[in-house]
Parts: sequence; C-alpha cells; structure tokens
Amino acid sequence: MSGAVAWIRRHPVVCFFVFFAIFPWLVPYRSLATQVLIYGLFALGFNLLYGYTGLLSFGAAAYWGLGAYGTGIALAKLKVTSLWLALGAGLGLALIGGALFGFFCLRRRGIYFAMLTLAFAQLLYFIGFHLADWTGGDDGLRGITVPPVVLGGWRISLDRSVVFYYFALVLVGLAVLVLKRILDSPFGAVLQAIRENTDRATACGYDIARIKHLSFVFYALFCGLAGALDALRLTVVPIESLHWSTSGQVVIMTLLGGAGTFFGPFVGAATYLVLEDAISVWTESWPLAIGGIFMVFVLFLPKGIWGTLTGGFHGR
Amino acid sequence: MADVSLAALAAQVFTGLVLGGIFVLLAIGLSLIFGLMTVVNFSHGALYMLGAYFGYVLLTRTGSFTVALIAAPLLVGVLGLAMERVLIRPLYGRSPDDPLLLTFGFSLVVVELARVIWGKIGLTLDPPPALAGAVNLGFTYFPTYRLFVIAVTAVVLAALWLFLEKTNVGLLIRAASRDPLMVRALGFDVGRVWFIVFGIGTGLAGLAGILAGPMRGAYAEMGVTIIIESFVVVVVGGMGSLVGAVISGLLIGQVVSLTTFFAPKLAEIIVFIFMAVVLLLRPSGLFGEAGLAE
Repeated sequence: MSGAVAWIRRHPVVCFFVFFAIFPWLVPYRSLATQVLIYGLFALGFNLLYGYTGLLSFGAAAYWGLGAYGTGIALAKLKVTSLWLALGAGLGLALIGGALFGFFCLRRRGIYFAMLTLAFAQLLYFIGFHLADWTGGDDGLRGITVPPVVLGGWRISLDRSVVFYYFALVLVGLAVLVLKRILDSPFGAVLQAIRENTDRATACGYDIARIKHLSFVFYALFCGLAGALDALRLTVVPIESLHWSTSGQVVIMTLLGGAGTFFGPFVGAATYLVLEDAISVWTESWPLAIGGIFMVFVLFLPKGIWGTLTGGFHGR
Repeated sequence: MADVSLAALAAQVFTGLVLGGIFVLLAIGLSLIFGLMTVVNFSHGALYMLGAYFGYVLLTRTGSFTVALIAAPLLVGVLGLAMERVLIRPLYGRSPDDPLLLTFGFSLVVVELARVIWGKIGLTLDPPPALAGAVNLGFTYFPTYRLFVIAVTAVVLAALWLFLEKTNVGLLIRAASRDPLMVRALGFDVGRVWFIVFGIGTGLAGLAGILAGPMRGAYAEMGVTIIIESFVVVVVGGMGSLVGAVISGLLIGQVVSLTTFFAPKLAEIIVFIFMAVVLLLRPSGLFGEAGLAE
C-alpha cells in the first residue's frame, strides 16, 4: 500500500491521466464523470490558494463565474466561432478579475481576507444580476453553441458527451500538469513557506505581497477555466455561477477531499457529486446533509479523505 | 417641488437609520465575538433568521409582541451558548479558519432546517397595534414601528455600553479581549468569559432578527445577504472595534438608503464599492488596529 502511495506521489500527473481515462466507465453515468473533472479543477484552483498558500477564500464563485460568462458571452452574444478564442475570453476575464480583486483582498490577512473575497464575489453577483443585456440576468445566459475544436488540420465536434469528456480531460490534465510544475518550482516552495509561517517567509527576503498576488491570479485562472468548461458543458450560464453558494461548494469539496493534497480536490469533488446524486433521491434537503457531513469533517477529519489516507497537511 | 423631495430625502435618512440599526446590532455581535475569541461566526445570519422565526412562533402562540421581542433573542442566545460548548470549544487552539468553516457548515444546516420546519414561503409578522400606523415627524410621516426599532437599538446599545464599561463582568470581558493570557494568569476562567460573550453576540443577532421581522417578514434566506453586508460593516469599522461597528453600521445604513433614493440600481453594490474605497485609504478599517489576529 505505502509503496503504491509513494509511486503515486512521484508520478501524480501520469496517475491522473490513467485514472481519468477509464473513469467514465467507473461511474453510473458519463455526465457525472465530466462534472467530477470540471469541479475537480475548480477545487484544484481553490486548493492552490487555501491548501498550499494558506489563504482561505470564500469568493471562488467570482472567477468560476467570470470564466463561465466570459466564454458564454463570447459564444452567445459576440458570436465568436473559435472555441479557443471563447475559452481565452473566459480566462482573460478571470485573469483581470483575479488581478484586481486579489489586489484589494490581499490588503488584509487571515479572517479579513476570507470576508473580503466573499464581499467582492457578492459584488460581482449583483453586477451580473443587473447587467441582464449581457448576462441574461436572473434567467441565465442562454443560446451558447459550442464550436468544434480546431487544432491544425483537425476538426472535432464536441456534441457527443464522450468526446467532450476527453476534451475536458486534456484541458484539466494540462492544468494539473501546470499545478505540478508550480508546486515543484521555487515559487511553489515559497507558497508553502507562506502557509507555514508568513512572517518567517518575509524575513527570508521574499516579496510576500507579490507572491501571494501571483498565487491568487493562478487560483483565479484555474477557477476560470473550470467555469468556462462548465459553460460549454451546460451550454447555459446560470446566475448561480456567481452566487456565494458556489464558493461554498468548492470549499466543501476541497475540505472533503483534503486541503493541501494533490488529489484531494478531485476526490472531494467526486465524493460531493456522488453523495449529492445519491441523497437527492431520498430527500430534497441536500444542504442539510452536506452541511452536517462538512461539520463532521471540520471537527474530526480536518485532513479530508485523501489527506487522512496519505497523511497530508491541514491548517496553520 | 424642492420641498417635497427634501421631505422624502429626510424620510430616507430615517430609513437609513433603521437599516443602520440592524447592521449595528449584527456587526456588534460579530465584532464582540471576534474581538475576544478571534472566531468569525459565519452562522450569524442564520441566527438572525432564527430570531425572526422564533419571534413569529412566539407572537402567534402568545399574541404578545413584547413576549416575542424579549424571548426570541434569549432563545437564540441560549442556542448560541450551546453552539459555543458543542461546536466552537473543540476548535480553540486550531487555525482561526476552522471556526469560520464550521459555522459555515452550521449555517447551511440551520437554513435548511428552517425551510423544512417553516416552509419555503416567507411568513409575515405583524407589528403590535400600538406600533402600527405612522407618526407625523413634522416634515413627513414615518412608520411608527421603524421609529420603535431605532429606539430599541439605541437602548440596547446604551445598555451594552454600560454593561461593558461599568460592571465587573464587563471589565473582565474587556480585559480578556486585550490579553486573555494575563486574565487567565490572574485566576479568571477565560473560557467562561468567551461562553458568555458568545451568548450575548448571538442573542444580539436574534434581536436584530425579531426587530427586522415586521419590516421584512421571516424567510429562510433572509440572513444570507445581510451577513455578507455585516461582514463589510465590520471590515469597514475595523474588526473587534465596537465603536467602529456602530459608526460604520450607521454610515453604511445611510449610504445604502441614500443610494436607493438616488440610484436604486446601485443600491446592492454600493456597499462593496464603499468597502473597496475604505480599504484603499485605510486598510485596517476606520477604527481598526492593524495586526489584530491577522
């Protein structure tokens, strides 16, 4: 067992691709597999900020929503015909949002930071709500048609769900690879130093403010890519994308799986979505169940599922 | 014409005062708990909602608004005491993020329970007959109940101030917020101080809830938006500063109310813009000390 874990630790990206290549055949239906990938990526972004940098954000919905609306508006309103351009629009918006809000939120630390991220996400929610000409307001953004993937001479339609799954797998896999590169770099080491002891990291001469800001921007980009993919998956962007409950969802997923662990976000997203699926059959009071489960995890299993299995990090 | 709009403007200032009063009650509870325990109570909005629902139940059972007004905050406060014992206490000594996360989960549970018990459709609370109707303020008519809310808020704040400044328990609370270790070394039970303060803070949320009930009704999601706005009030005022919470609460009440008057579409976002401006100019809030539990 421990030998297997050690091998997984050394080759996480390979493991990711192998596992998710067969994943659609392990779950009851394929759309669940796609959801796990996309929400896993969302949680991965949150985890970079909370699990590795030690900054608890309650505003991830802002960047998820910016990614989703950026891509959605490009396709539905601006009639962009290139998928890459549409994804770029989503990522661009998330990047701008992350850079701007990150600047404000990072003026405070700790608890204040959490409240500020929540407040700025709420600001975007209201803006999205009122800019109905662009966002569809309360009804959500409709009329998104997903263009085919054009790569060199290739032209692949994403209409079939299995094709879309593997398209998402490639992009999410690339994001996982980028995260691995970040964590293995000196920059990644400083992030974890900030998490462990911000004052000491400062004393070591690192430009903490800039590094945190950069981490925040990466977090916004990962969340934005996830949101953009979800817009393509649903071909609709509901206003709830920007709602604080979306931020709460990613917090719950990450902590269920294990904050500060490499695979925790995907384990957490899968657990959350499977539970939601199973429990919603029994009762419509799903928030009651997940709220209770989440409380048990915070109190008794703060390392989450993957963290408890492999002995990961939690808290400061 | 100018006269009429001036009267309307004055009425809007009073409306802002009412809103500000609700903000202040919520923010003081949050700030008191935070200042002492460095715990941010995410479920503060859910307890505010419970205050309104408890008020509704008491009002329909007893028929007396006075009973509801007194008993609802007490019940919420007792629930707060139980919360501190069962949920918050095990987390002392862990990262300050953990109580925030836990109370977030708790708020999900409480809001959903309220939906199950009282239904998804909001309930209306009637103000008592004596407070129905409107009073002539000279320049405009203003709902009597709203004046009553302003009065209750003022009385409660004065009582809280007297309690903190003039009683021995208040002295202990102030001392424990400044230096809990020293208070413990002097032989006082800091845990019990925290326990009491958590009860007071949550009770104030319950009071805000029952006061808001006759104006806004009771519904399960009523605490969600206002808790985020209360966070803003606390950040603007300076976390842990009670004076800051009062002034910032009243200020933001006015900002929201006057924006509703001049540019209704901006009313929901003005709070956050205001916060961004304050953060740029004074990162630690209007009355905050930098470095408190950061």
